[in-house]
Amino acid sequence: MEGVDLKLFLLVGAVLFVCGVICMTSKRNGIGVLIGVELVLNAANLNFVAFSRYTPLGLDGQIMALFVIVLAAAEAAVALAIALNFYNNHLTIDVDRADELRG
Amino acid sequence: MLLADASVSSLGNTLAILLGIACLLPLCGFLIEIFAGYWSDRLSKTPALMAVGCIGGGFACSLLALILWGNATCWTALKADEHGAAHHSVRDDSAETQLALADEELHADEHSSAGADDHHAFHPEVEHHVASEEGHDDHAAEGLVPAHAVFSGTIYRLAKFGNLDITVDYYIDSLTLVMFVMVTFIATCIHIFAIGYMSEELTHEYVDHAVHMSDGHHLHRPGRFYRFFAYMSLFCFSMLGLVYSGSIFLVFVFWELVGICSYLLIGFYVERKSANVAANKAFIMNRVGDFGFLIGLMILWTSFGTFRFAEEIDDHGQAHAGLFHMVRGDKGLMRVSSETGDVVMWGEHEETLLDENDQPRTIPYYLLVIAGLGIFAGCVGKSAQFPLQTWLPDAMEGPTPVSALVHSATMVAAGVYLAGRFFPMFTTDVLLVIAYTGCITLFVAATIAIVATDIKRVLAYSTISQLGYMMLAIGVGGWGAGLFHLITHAFFKSLMFLASGSVIFGCHHEQEMPKMGGLWRKMPITALTMLVGVIAIAGLAIPVTIMGARIAFSGYHSKDAIVATALAFTEANSMHFLLFLTPLVTAGITAFYMFRLWFYTFAGDPRDKHVYDHAHETPKVMTIPLLVLSLFAAGCAIGGEEGVLYRLLSNSEPVGVAAGRMSGAGGISLPSHEAIHLVHAQAGTWALIVAVLGAFLAYVFYGARWVNPTEVGQSFPRLYRFLVEKWQFDALYDAMFVRPVRIIAGWFVVFDRVVLDGFLHAAASSVVHISKWDRRFDESIIDGFVNLMASVTFGIGRSFKKVQTGMLRQYITFIALGVLALFVLMLSFFPN
Repeated sequence: MEGVDLKLFLLVGAVLFVCGVICMTSKRNGIGVLIGVELVLNAANLNFVAFSRYTPLGLDGQIMALFVIVLAAAEAAVALAIALNFYNNHLTIDVDRADELRG
Repeated sequence: MLLADASVSSLGNTLAILLGIACLLPLCGFLIEIFAGYWSDRLSKTPALMAVGCIGGGFACSLLALILWGNATCWTALKADEHGAAHHSVRDDSAETQLALADEELHADEHSSAGADDHHAFHPEVEHHVASEEGHDDHAAEGLVPAHAVFSGTIYRLAKFGNLDITVDYYIDSLTLVMFVMVTFIATCIHIFAIGYMSEELTHEYVDHAVHMSDGHHLHRPGRFYRFFAYMSLFCFSMLGLVYSGSIFLVFVFWELVGICSYLLIGFYVERKSANVAANKAFIMNRVGDFGFLIGLMILWTSFGTFRFAEEIDDHGQAHAGLFHMVRGDKGLMRVSSETGDVVMWGEHEETLLDENDQPRTIPYYLLVIAGLGIFAGCVGKSAQFPLQTWLPDAMEGPTPVSALVHSATMVAAGVYLAGRFFPMFTTDVLLVIAYTGCITLFVAATIAIVATDIKRVLAYSTISQLGYMMLAIGVGGWGAGLFHLITHAFFKSLMFLASGSVIFGCHHEQEMPKMGGLWRKMPITALTMLVGVIAIAGLAIPVTIMGARIAFSGYHSKDAIVATALAFTEANSMHFLLFLTPLVTAGITAFYMFRLWFYTFAGDPRDKHVYDHAHETPKVMTIPLLVLSLFAAGCAIGGEEGVLYRLLSNSEPVGVAAGRMSGAGGISLPSHEAIHLVHAQAGTWALIVAVLGAFLAYVFYGARWVNPTEVGQSFPRLYRFLVEKWQFDALYDAMFVRPVRIIAGWFVVFDRVVLDGFLHAAASSVVHISKWDRRFDESIIDGFVNLMASVTFGIGRSFKKVQTGMLRQYITFIALGVLALFVLMLSFFPN
C-alpha cells in the first residue's frame, strides 16, 4: 500500500463518479437512478477517505465519510418510498413519466 | 354654659336634619315620579299623590322644626318687648350712624362702653356652631337658646381648590324656618289644587286647542300628568334648598335650579309657540341678572376668600368669620377707613382681620358696592324687577298652579329672600339703588295692571308691583317689613292665583275678563276666597282697634309697615320723597286694579252668555285649598308688627337694622325702629285712605258701572295705548336688543354666504381639480410602473418555463455539464 499514490485513489473515485452520473442520466428505471446516486456518493466517500489518509485532514475525512454513508442510507429509504408510491400511482417507475411539475 | 352649648348644638343638628329631610323629600319625589311615571300607567294619579305626600311631609318636618326651635327658645321670640328693648338700648348716639372712623381702637372703646351687648359666641363642636350676635347672656345662663341665634354648619364638602372650599352649608335662623313652613305649606295647597286643575292631562289623547297643526287639526298628544308633578317637586326642592343654603355659592346653585324649573314649567305646553317663547324669555332674562350675580360672586371670593354667610370652624378648631361678620362685625357697623376709603374687615373676636403681613384686610368701598349691585342684579332678574320685569307676565303661559307657585312661594320669592338674606353686605348706596328699583317697578307694574284684561296677567303685574314694594322696603332699611310682606304676599297671591285658576278651569280655559262677569252666582266659593285675597292685597282695614290691633287682613299690616318705613326714611332724607309718595299712590292703584279684577270677573251681569252658561264651580279638591289659603291670607299677619309672624321674622333681622345703624357712606341715614314707630300710625292712615279711595273708584267703574271705563280710556288714547303696550318695554327691548341682534345676524348671514361659503366652495372645487390630476398621475405613472414591473417579471418567468421539462435525466445531464463547465472555467482562469 505504501507505493500506492493519492492520484490512483482520486482516479478510481473519478471513474466511479462518472459511472454514477452516466448511470443516473441513462437509466429510465428509478431504481437504476438510485444506484447511480449511490455510486456518486461512494465516489465522494472514497475521496474523503483518501484525503484523510494522504493529507493533514486526519479523522475528519473519515467521519465525513461515515456521515455520508448514514445519509445515503436515509436517502435511499426515502427515495425507495417515493419509488413505491410512484409505482402505486403510475404502475411504472419510469422517471421520464414523472414530469407533472414541468413548466 | 355647658348646658347651653349642648342644647344649642343638639338643637342645631336636629333642625338641620329636619329641614334637610324637608328639602330632600321633594327631590326623591321628583326622581320617582319622573321615571316611574314614564314607565307606568299615564292615567294613574299616583304621581300627584306622591308629590303631595312629599311636599306635605316636608311641611310636617318644617313645622316640627319650627316648634322644636320655639320650645328650645321658650318662645322668647314672641315676647318682643324684651327683644325690642335690647335693640333700642343699643342705639346710643346718632354720631355712629355716619361711620367714617379710621381709628378702630377708639371705636372698640366706644362699644365696650355701650356695655349692654357683650359679644358672645358658642363653639360647641367643629361641625356645628352658633353665633349669638347680640348680647343675651341672660338666656344663655338659663340654658336657653337665644331666639336670634344662627345655626350654621357644613354637611358635605363638594370640592376644595386651594383656598376655595366648596361645601354644602346650612344656615338656619327664624327666617329660614318661617320660609320653610311658608313654602311647604303653600306648595302643598297648590299641589292639591293641581290634582284637580291638571286632571285633563290624565288621558292618552290630550287635545291641545291652542295648537293648530298644518293640516288644520288640533294637536293630539299623550297626557303629561306625571311630568307636571315631577317638575313641581323639583321646583319645591330647588326653592327649599335655596333657603337652606349657608353660602352664597350654594345659593347660586339652587338659584339656577329654580331658574331651570321655571323654564320647564312655563314651557310645559311645549307645543305652543307662545309657551316656548315665554319660557325662553324667562330663562334669558334671568341669565342677564345672573351675569351680575356671577360678578358679585367673583368679587366676594377674591376680596373675602369665603362664600359662607356665617362663621366657620376649620379642622384645627380655628374660627373664621363669615361674610356678614367680616363686613358688619358684631354690632352691624361697617368701618370705612377715612384715609383710604376702604372698608376694614372685622375678625372673629371684634378685632380687625389681618392678612399674612399683619396688615388690616380691607376691601375697596367701590368693590363692595359693585358686589352688592351684582348680587342685587341677580335678585332683579329672579324677582322680575325693573328693568328685567317683562318675563313675568309672559310666564302666564304655564299652567295656573305653576303661576301660583312661581308668583308666591318660589321663584320670585327667591330674589326678595336673597336681598333680605344678603342685607348686611349691602352698603347704603346699594340700598338706595334697591329702593329706587323697587319704587319704579311697583309703579310701572301697577299702572299696567289697570288696563290688563287677561285675569292672570293682572295678577302677574300685581305680583311685580308687590315685589317692588318688598324691594323698596328692604332698600329703605325696613328689613322686617319687606320680608313680612314677602310672607303675607305669598299667602294671598297664591290664593288669588289658585282662585283665578279655578275661574279659568270653571270657564273652560277662558282667561279674558271682558268675557266674564257675574260669576259669583256660579262659583260662590271661588268668588269669596278671591275677595279675601283682594281685600288682603288692597290693604283694607276697619279703622277700629280691638285689643290694640286693627281688624285687617294680612296685606294691610305688611303694606302698612312698608309705607311707614318709607315715610320714616323720607323724613330722614328729604330729597328722596318719591320713595314715600310712589308706594302711597300705588297703594291706591293696587286697590283699584284688584277690585277691578274682582268686579270684572264676579260682579254685575254676565258679559258673555256662552261663557257664563257653561261656567261651573270647581270640584272640592280645588276649592278646599282655596278655603285653607284664604284663612291664612286673612289671618297670617294677625297682630301686625306685634303679631306672631313679624316677631318670628324680626329675630333674624341683621344686627343694627333696628337702630338704623346700617350706614356706610353716601350721606343716607336709615330710619331706626323708633323712628318708624313714630310715623306708623300716620303712614297707616294715609295708606288706608288711599286704598279705600282706590277700591271705591273701582266700584264706580266696574262694580256699579256708573262710569264706562272704555270711554275714559278712549278720552286718553295715547296714555291708554301706552299702558296697554306695557310702557313699551317689550317694544323698547325689541328695538334695543332683539332687532339689532337680528340685523347683525343678517349681516353675518350675508358674510357667511358670500365670504365663508365662497371660500369653502373655492377650496372644495380646487381640491376636486387637484384630485383629478392626481388620479391621472396615479393611473399613468405609478400604476404604469407597477404594471411594467409585473409584466417584465411575468415574461421572464414565462421564458424560463421551457427549461422545466420535468425530465429527471435531463436535469442530471445539465448538472453534470454545469459542473464540467465550472471546472473548465476554473481551470482556464486559475490554472493552478
